[in-house]
Amino acid sequence: MSRDLAQRVLQGERRALARALSLVENDAPEGEALLEALFPHTGRAHLVGFTGPPGVGKSTLVARLARYFRREAPSPRTVGILAVDPTSPFTGGALLGDRIRMRDLAGDPGVFIRSMASRGAVGGLARNTAAAAQVLDAAGFDLVFIETVGAGQAEVEIARLAHTVVVVQAPGLGDEIQALKAGILEIADILVVNKADRPGAQQLARTLENWLGRRTPKGEGPDDASPASASNTPWIPPVLLVTATQGEGIPQIAQSLKEHAAHLKRTGAWQERERRRFESELRERVLLTFWRRWETRAKQLGLSQLLERILKREISPQRAAETLLRQMWSDQETKG
Amino acid sequence: MTERKIRVLIAKPGLDGHDRGAKIVARALRDAGMEVIYTGIRQTPEMIAEAALQEDVDVVGLSILSGAHMTLVPQVLEKLREAGMDHVLVLVGGIIPPEDVPKLREMGVYKVYGPGTPTRQIVEDIRRAVLGESQTQPEPMA
Repeated sequence: MSRDLAQRVLQGERRALARALSLVENDAPEGEALLEALFPHTGRAHLVGFTGPPGVGKSTLVARLARYFRREAPSPRTVGILAVDPTSPFTGGALLGDRIRMRDLAGDPGVFIRSMASRGAVGGLARNTAAAAQVLDAAGFDLVFIETVGAGQAEVEIARLAHTVVVVQAPGLGDEIQALKAGILEIADILVVNKADRPGAQQLARTLENWLGRRTPKGEGPDDASPASASNTPWIPPVLLVTATQGEGIPQIAQSLKEHAAHLKRTGAWQERERRRFESELRERVLLTFWRRWETRAKQLGLSQLLERILKREISPQRAAETLLRQMWSDQETKG
Repeated sequence: MTERKIRVLIAKPGLDGHDRGAKIVARALRDAGMEVIYTGIRQTPEMIAEAALQEDVDVVGLSILSGAHMTLVPQVLEKLREAGMDHVLVLVGGIIPPEDVPKLREMGVYKVYGPGTPTRQIVEDIRRAVLGESQTQPEPMA
């Protein structure tokens, strides 16, 4: 059945694509099989992340950029969009409102927009956003735009998923130190100062330029570990002034995306980023499997008795953990 | 490990800009643990069907205060059918004269809610219809 669904996704059937995204998002068993069937067909899309504080205009920017690639660019490209909004930690519900800003894209078969709730994941994405991006990639979208939860200073998961990270800032959100201390600046491949028609935009752009200048003194900076300089030729993130509501500066972002993709491919950083992404995906999958097995086995292994003994100070948590792990490993061996 | 969340699209078709009711319902459904995709005002029937498909929702809630429900609702239902989304639960809220309610239900609308409906009732109706149904009969892979 899922093989069938995979076929239909590959043929670009939109209802099948929507179902596939749900299966993957919900951790359904069919979703796993589906991802496996689709995987050989992934790796063609340019994955672009958009992050930045709430209210800087990420959705509007994403919508305008998608529109540019569809209708204005010299050669049109198809765009899949994943828009992540936060799940309430109290009710488990979510209000997903990014589509409000994307109504311009309605009716275009070269665009597919999907809203995702973060469902308890931290870091600005949902746990299955990477898998959803793979589905859109397999479905043949040239570009996959991933808009994170309105991120502050530490939500940097997107750097592991995307080939290119666009960090969006806007004037008037606090003094310039606020912008500089944000960890998200360090993951930027392209910096956008949106709402450039507002006072303070020029100054914010200059501040960012200066900060970048100090940060990348031609290859010898303290930032050799940063994704942007993963090869010997450093990529210096451009700072672009944009007024997304007017479409001003949008072609420049498109141009920078193109240049960045070319840079990544030329320097081998494209491969390196993918390797890093798959490494963390692998790790997460293994941990998740361990975690699930642990949850089913813990009770049988006498967790509550061990807890009692810890409470009485008869055994330390470290020793208790060792005991449990040894038992789980021996499970493994008798099975294998 | 499958996480089943009820997904609801809240849309305002037509030209009236009164979105207070729609927002109140959207918030109530979110607070009840649902994932609510809010599309805002002035949606065409095509836009609503397209969003319902892309978001793979279980429920479409239409808020109409313009009096044009007898024109708009059949159009939305038609577009949903064309998109292969005729399995979704369609709810209508707004100012609907009592004599129109049976007509709307006959067209395929599950429930019609007038002003003053407790949001709790909407939550319960959705839960019963979506979760109740999916327990007895799994959703077909249309």
